[in-house]
Amino acid sequence: MAYSYQLKRVDFIFRNENDWEKVLSSTIKKKPDEIINELISSELKGRGGAGFPTGLKWKLTAESKASDKYVICNADEGEPGTFKDREILSKVPYKVLTAMAVCGYVTGAKEGFIYLRGEYKFLEKELNKVIDEFQYYCKEINLDFSIKIFMGSGAYICGEETALMESMEGRRGEPRNKPPFPTQAGYMDKPTVVNNVETLVHTWTIFKYGAKKFYDLGVQYSRGTKLFSVSGDTPKPGIYELELGMSLQDFVYEFGDGDTKAVQVGGASGFLVPRKKFKDTAIGYEGKLVGISLPTGGSMMLFNSSRSMFNVLDNYLEFFREESCGQCTPCRVGCQQLLLGIKAVKRGEKPAAYLDKLLKLTETMQLTAKCGLGQSVANSFSSIVENFREEMIY
Amino acid sequence: MEKKVNITINGLPVEVKKGKTILEAAENQGIKIPTLCYHKDLCVAGNCRVCVVEVVGQKRLSAACATPCEDGMEILTNSLKVRNSRKHIIELILAEHNSDCTKCYRNGNCELQDLSSEYKIMTQDFIELAPLKNYTIDMFSPSIIKDDSKCIRCQRCVRTCAELQGVNALTVAYKGDRMKISTFFEKPMNAVVCTNCGQCVNHCPTGALVEKNYIEEVWAAISDPTKHVVAQTAPAVRVGLGEEMGMKPGERVTGKMVAALRRLGFDSVLDTDFTADLTIMEEGTELLTRLKKALVDKDPGVKLPMATSCSPGWIKYIEHLYPEYLDNLSTCKSPQQMFGALAKTYYAKARNIDPENIISVSIMPCTAKKFEAHRPEMHDSGFRDVDFVLTTRELAIMIKQAGLDFEKLEPAHYDRLMGESSGAGVIFGATGGVMEAALRTAYELVTGREVPFENLNIDTVRGLEGVRKASIIIENPLEEWAFLDGVELKCAVAHGLVNAKKVMDAIKAGKADFHFVEIMACPGGCLGGGGQPIPTNPEIRQKRAEAIYAEDSNLPIRKSHENPEIQKLYNDFLIKPLGELSHHLLHTTYTKRERF
Amino acid sequence: MNPIQSLIKDLVDQYGRNRESLLPVMQGVVRQEMYLSEYSMVEIAREMDIPAAEVFGTATFYSFLETKPAGKYIIRVCKTITCAMKGKNQLLFAIQDMLKIKIGETTPDKRFTLLETNCLGWCHKAPAMLINDDVYTEVTPERVREILSGYMKEII
Repeated sequence: MAYSYQLKRVDFIFRNENDWEKVLSSTIKKKPDEIINELISSELKGRGGAGFPTGLKWKLTAESKASDKYVICNADEGEPGTFKDREILSKVPYKVLTAMAVCGYVTGAKEGFIYLRGEYKFLEKELNKVIDEFQYYCKEINLDFSIKIFMGSGAYICGEETALMESMEGRRGEPRNKPPFPTQAGYMDKPTVVNNVETLVHTWTIFKYGAKKFYDLGVQYSRGTKLFSVSGDTPKPGIYELELGMSLQDFVYEFGDGDTKAVQVGGASGFLVPRKKFKDTAIGYEGKLVGISLPTGGSMMLFNSSRSMFNVLDNYLEFFREESCGQCTPCRVGCQQLLLGIKAVKRGEKPAAYLDKLLKLTETMQLTAKCGLGQSVANSFSSIVENFREEMIY
Repeated sequence: MEKKVNITINGLPVEVKKGKTILEAAENQGIKIPTLCYHKDLCVAGNCRVCVVEVVGQKRLSAACATPCEDGMEILTNSLKVRNSRKHIIELILAEHNSDCTKCYRNGNCELQDLSSEYKIMTQDFIELAPLKNYTIDMFSPSIIKDDSKCIRCQRCVRTCAELQGVNALTVAYKGDRMKISTFFEKPMNAVVCTNCGQCVNHCPTGALVEKNYIEEVWAAISDPTKHVVAQTAPAVRVGLGEEMGMKPGERVTGKMVAALRRLGFDSVLDTDFTADLTIMEEGTELLTRLKKALVDKDPGVKLPMATSCSPGWIKYIEHLYPEYLDNLSTCKSPQQMFGALAKTYYAKARNIDPENIISVSIMPCTAKKFEAHRPEMHDSGFRDVDFVLTTRELAIMIKQAGLDFEKLEPAHYDRLMGESSGAGVIFGATGGVMEAALRTAYELVTGREVPFENLNIDTVRGLEGVRKASIIIENPLEEWAFLDGVELKCAVAHGLVNAKKVMDAIKAGKADFHFVEIMACPGGCLGGGGQPIPTNPEIRQKRAEAIYAEDSNLPIRKSHENPEIQKLYNDFLIKPLGELSHHLLHTTYTKRERF
Repeated sequence: MNPIQSLIKDLVDQYGRNRESLLPVMQGVVRQEMYLSEYSMVEIAREMDIPAAEVFGTATFYSFLETKPAGKYIIRVCKTITCAMKGKNQLLFAIQDMLKIKIGETTPDKRFTLLETNCLGWCHKAPAMLINDDVYTEVTPERVREILSGYMKEII
């Protein structure tokens, strides 16, 4: 083998386990500090894409002093190419609820919300049934924690945690200035933990099997497993739980159709990796082992040589142009400029060198946009334009 | 003890209070960081991003307006990274903005223009967006023009309308590339809850929101030899106009303004302060009448507290949002409209001019006055009572167009007949002024003695606190007013409609037992009006307020009822306050409106 | 009280009068009426004591809160990358051809409204579409004709 890591399939997340009551009651017998330390030692990082250490997030919220605190499960899964959270919520929702309740116990929050994207409305009914059952058990063991579903209404940006809270407060989902961070002042200005659906399920794994079990999976800086949503030109589209740290070459070997030209890692806000870089790319958080490493919310889109990278970028940019909240200049105007710009170059109305101006623009967007959306448009834009420049030009 | 943090800005060590933003810390050091969405009157938005600075060690740049200083921060406000990004952002804003500067009303007084000039944006590589969107200019309002093609989405207008005014006529609508500043359902400004106060115009950094100007119409009237053009000037104009003419805030330019108006060709230069005094006579009498009906006759139909009606922004606000309280409004017209009605009756008769040939122009610190003059009921003289309303800014434009060297003008006096005023009329321009003027007169009317305050300065109703409460106990009244003996007259003063809302909600909740409330739509009262010079901020308004009170104390007559021209008006024409003619010319009615 | 007023009043009674309830209330109106009319927004504003312009501004932020009249069934075809790669346009053509409407339009019988939408989260089973809350995946032009025929048989 020319590369050192192989794909390691695992099965934790969707393992059907009927002992959530036991996991919950035994976990909350521990002291909050103990639970936090366990999470910290597991080195679990947020699985929504940003990769903030989960234990630290819980700790900061636990330390914030306030009468009310909240736990929010971010199920506003909108990144193109991700669909894992939907699967979790339909297959193992009780794991998510248990994790939320433990988080409430650890941080002192009494209320939890699942912010469910409007596109997943069909999940609401079943989920509410599970919640009812869960609440019943909480009462039985005298755990004061309630969970409600808050439905989104079609806005990608609400996956950004402060936008999500604005939305829950009945306003436009526009990201807030940070600081303050949600752990200090989140929903209703109270300390709030916002965790991605998958992150919560990983905490369940840690509660049940111990931090060491989790830590032993994956590689340095990127511990544990991760759900990958695989789509595009692949014979095996679907959701797969894999250990972190794999090389993209292995991934393509497993999932490619034999003609994979490029893989988009991390959705439209992630990076496009061309064939020649598969070998040098590892999937995990920063702190590299093999060549470059890419964090990801788990979206893996494969493109074979029949695809035009111009069309791919055009599609992403149209997505961002529409889904930008529109409040900050670099993102609102920047996305429009990028989209119009590549079209103008493609039509020959602007010189090829205009692409360099647009690349500089993405740098500015990355440096100055108010939230992750505007900052990350640069990722796909620069990785596509730099690697497939010839496809962009007339 | 206040916590301090130590930071460096461009290498200079600085100690700042914890919680201060980078922008504030830099400003204290005399380092200007450019801003667009930031405004001292408003909450921080952090959305234009031109104020980005580099915090050494951080991957991304930070918005100086929205980032609090943390101990040990090394801040660079002018590094290459900052400069490049900032320039880029300005270019982006310009790509979205209709940059046809030479044809813009705000040409020469535009924050975006200044910024692009400072940063020498000489090229436009980005694709212009405005032509791609089907923008229309909303010109339906008699007061305000909204041009979305010039909007830079800083949302200052939206925050102004919500935070200062509590009106929320403007909102942010849609998202992404379609995001825009909009009214309810994108209706024209004249069809929504907009009070025409013009604070959005005052706070707009560009020409997206401007007043509808009537400059050419007024020039045409002045040039028409068959017309007798009368000007009236509102109290607050004389403490604001100087700023437009290059002077510092707080300069009193009454005499120069009168001289300028005469040089512009107005046939008669008169004073709204005169009708301010008249308002006191009418409104003071109305208040006492209401008190008598309430306290003596126990008439359940009489509404208290009585609220002032001078501010047309406030009137439209209550019509939209608290229509059940319309009967609490004083029926008095505003001084502008009293003047208008008299100009074409009393003045016309006295000067022997056919009222049809009188063009009545008012110079106001206000955009809502334009709407007020357009109200269908304001035709009591048999003609349109006020023909054109100009803001302080429009007057400044006319003075500049006429080529007058304002600073060199020899101060002049108002013409007679409706040109005389008291200090009480002048302070109408500041929040609390109507209340103070009314108390000076009413107290004396009732007791025969001056109000018991040193130099007649009723300090308890002055100041810039949003809502102020005061009371005055009436002792030993004259026989006619014996029923008021020992009554504690309770008053409230509010300015900025968000504060009006507080007062109204308290009244609605039954938690307020005021007899008289003064409400001005704009922050600081008329001196902070939507037609005043741009920029505005709390310090500037403070300076203008000081100038107003200085003007008052310098006048020989300080009480409305002592104004000899007012006495003459009653003797010769009106007979008595609330008399039949007053009722016809000086009082009005109000209209219930929709709440959006 | 007319039906819309009582619908809104019921929703507000159910979810509460504070601002946090605005989205659930608007969603409730859309569930019933398919869109938020000018009138419903004014009523929501009145009932919840929120400025009407803010109700409008908030509603227009969310693509599932329609502010234009819509049919009983809103078809939302995913247009994001994988669905676009897997034949979303063919799907759209089939629907347009069958219903004789373009994107953004509603059939004259007010039964269907055709819209495009961003990623629905079914990329592994592209192309996908929603009809109201129901998901259809791996939709071919043939299948979409069947699906729509089913809806058309329904009596409205």
